[in-house]
Amino acid sequence: MSNDFEAAARPALADSQLRANMRHATHTIRDKRARVVAELDDWEQLREAGRRIKDRTMRHLHVHLATLEESVVRAGGQVHWARDAGEANRIVGELIASTGANEVVKVKSMATDEIGLNAALEGRGITAIETDLAELIVQLSHDRSSHILVPAIHRNRGEIRELFRRELPGTAGLTDEPAQLAEAARRHLRRKFLSARVAISGANFAVAETGTICVVESEGNGRMCTTLPHTLITVMGIEKVLPRFADLGVMLQLLPRSSTAERMNPYSSLWTGVTPGDGPRAFHLVLLDAGRSATLADQIGREALNCIRCSACLNVCPVYERTGGHAYESTYPGPIGAILTPQLSEFRSGTSLPWASSLCGACYEVCPVKIDIPTILVHLRGRVTREVPNSGDPGEAQAMRMLARVFASRSRYERAQRVARAISRPFVRDGRIARRLPGPLARWQTVRDLPAPAPETFREWWRERERAERRKAERP
Amino acid sequence: MSARETILGRIRVALVDVPVAEPATWDELQDDDDAARYNRSGDDNPQAVADLFAERCGAYSARVTRVARDGAALRRAIEAACRRHGTASLVIPTDLPENWRPTGIECQPDHPRLSLRRLDGAGGALTGCALAIAETGTIVLDGGAGQGRRALTLLPDLHICVVRERQIVASVPEAIEQLGDTVRESGGPLTLISGPSATSDIELQRVEGVHGPRRLEVVIVT
Repeated sequence: MSNDFEAAARPALADSQLRANMRHATHTIRDKRARVVAELDDWEQLREAGRRIKDRTMRHLHVHLATLEESVVRAGGQVHWARDAGEANRIVGELIASTGANEVVKVKSMATDEIGLNAALEGRGITAIETDLAELIVQLSHDRSSHILVPAIHRNRGEIRELFRRELPGTAGLTDEPAQLAEAARRHLRRKFLSARVAISGANFAVAETGTICVVESEGNGRMCTTLPHTLITVMGIEKVLPRFADLGVMLQLLPRSSTAERMNPYSSLWTGVTPGDGPRAFHLVLLDAGRSATLADQIGREALNCIRCSACLNVCPVYERTGGHAYESTYPGPIGAILTPQLSEFRSGTSLPWASSLCGACYEVCPVKIDIPTILVHLRGRVTREVPNSGDPGEAQAMRMLARVFASRSRYERAQRVARAISRPFVRDGRIARRLPGPLARWQTVRDLPAPAPETFREWWRERERAERRKAERP
Repeated sequence: MSARETILGRIRVALVDVPVAEPATWDELQDDDDAARYNRSGDDNPQAVADLFAERCGAYSARVTRVARDGAALRRAIEAACRRHGTASLVIPTDLPENWRPTGIECQPDHPRLSLRRLDGAGGALTGCALAIAETGTIVLDGGAGQGRRALTLLPDLHICVVRERQIVASVPEAIEQLGDTVRESGGPLTLISGPSATSDIELQRVEGVHGPRRLEVVIVT
């Protein structure tokens, strides 16, 4: 096990303000979610339908991608395939360059964050402007997102006011009222929307049958980006495809209620290629692999690709609530990030994340498509230990081998119990091992609460009882 | 090998465990397991459906007005909506029904096509809709009759939308079924609108209105 997450989580755990913010935020959203979910009497059936739609789609992904390509082209769009992040960035960069634009507006998108598109475009002299309010805050402050849905959840209003005053022209008299801060962003971005020639978006869903792309959002920046510019470029992970238009009838119920805890998000934009007289004249769809096909090859791990990025699992996770999103050092934090990050990177990063969980299972319970996150976490712990060089602690591996020998024989097991009882005695207080253990055991102990070995084991008690019975029987 | 061939090839190899005969698509109509039998249709009482839509749409802080099937009453409701927001001029799609046009308010049809600057400066937009969803309080635009292009209802700060009761469906799956037919026939863009533009990005405090119209007025006609 590597210690990256443990180390990265330390500053967050020491920051009591951040922990209070995160606790407030996650609890607010999770309570609201529970209310709107309780309103639907068929919620469990919807989740099951969502799971089956996604499962089946992944099991035949190549078929649906080929259909999607055909449908998009038929509707007047162009389709590009990208094996990895570098190829996707190159394709997008060249498409923008061919329009002559040096500034593009962007809708919040996880996929473009994952591939580092903004930095790649900057290298070509193209400025990408984030238009989601929280993404704008993160971009202006050269920060990183800490939540899938509300990336600036770790910032308070005072910090945002200072940032806007510094970065946005004409905001000297700005107060820290959220409505005023939103108004400042509106004025700043309205100019950009009206002049932008190219927009970049992600996709929540892409319907293979019709070639329709769907983006859900709240602020209207998504509508602006997908409507006003001449050229629209959408970058989507290949796992976002849905076979049939009818599948949206399930997904558009599951996603908003799980994500923003609303019956429906304010705006959903669905477009099919290009429409003369309404919206962009050119539409490009970039289909991104970047580790998805490799993830698909793991029959247990592939379920992680079913994720619809609602972030409900972040809001219920006891680990995420305490560490915040930055400790995961990934575009995808929280429980879903812990199973996506190592797999999408083909175990080059995030290999400590499968351990960033207490396996309590709350994430599985709220997941709108029923991804069994705890099972995948355990599965990935095994894969990391077996496949990633130097990932296991050699001492721990040695200890586990010894334990296996001990457990294999009754006499060794019973002897070990007696030894443990004797040597643990000096460390026990109130029935628990309370004093610091010596040597390498100390590190192991810091994250575990251990009961003292029982003064008498069940086997000892049983033998004693048998002996007493026998004595009673022998006595006349 | 092209990127396309590489990716499709990798996927095929990754899915060797999937039986060849398995259908590629899950179909709720073919699956007889109750576990996945979600409600595909809602209440079929039109009055109850219209009432639910009015309540749910209003819950998003959209202003909802209901009028009887009457040209004059509808016009008066639209005029009142304009007065509430101090709007003296509206942009309208070219095919907006004549008798919806409010008196005393300047109505500018989108023909010849208005520039984005002109739309940005407009006081409001008045349109119909393709359908509405009761359960979620959603209105849907598909660029069809009486709706115009998308920019029309996006740049002005006020959107007044007229919904006829018979356009309201009970549930999301019913709406998607109808919209699927539209997309397969015309391929036009769809916009689902549930209340005015909003954000909760700053300390999770809801602010009505960022980029889309900050005010939404819905007039339901019996």
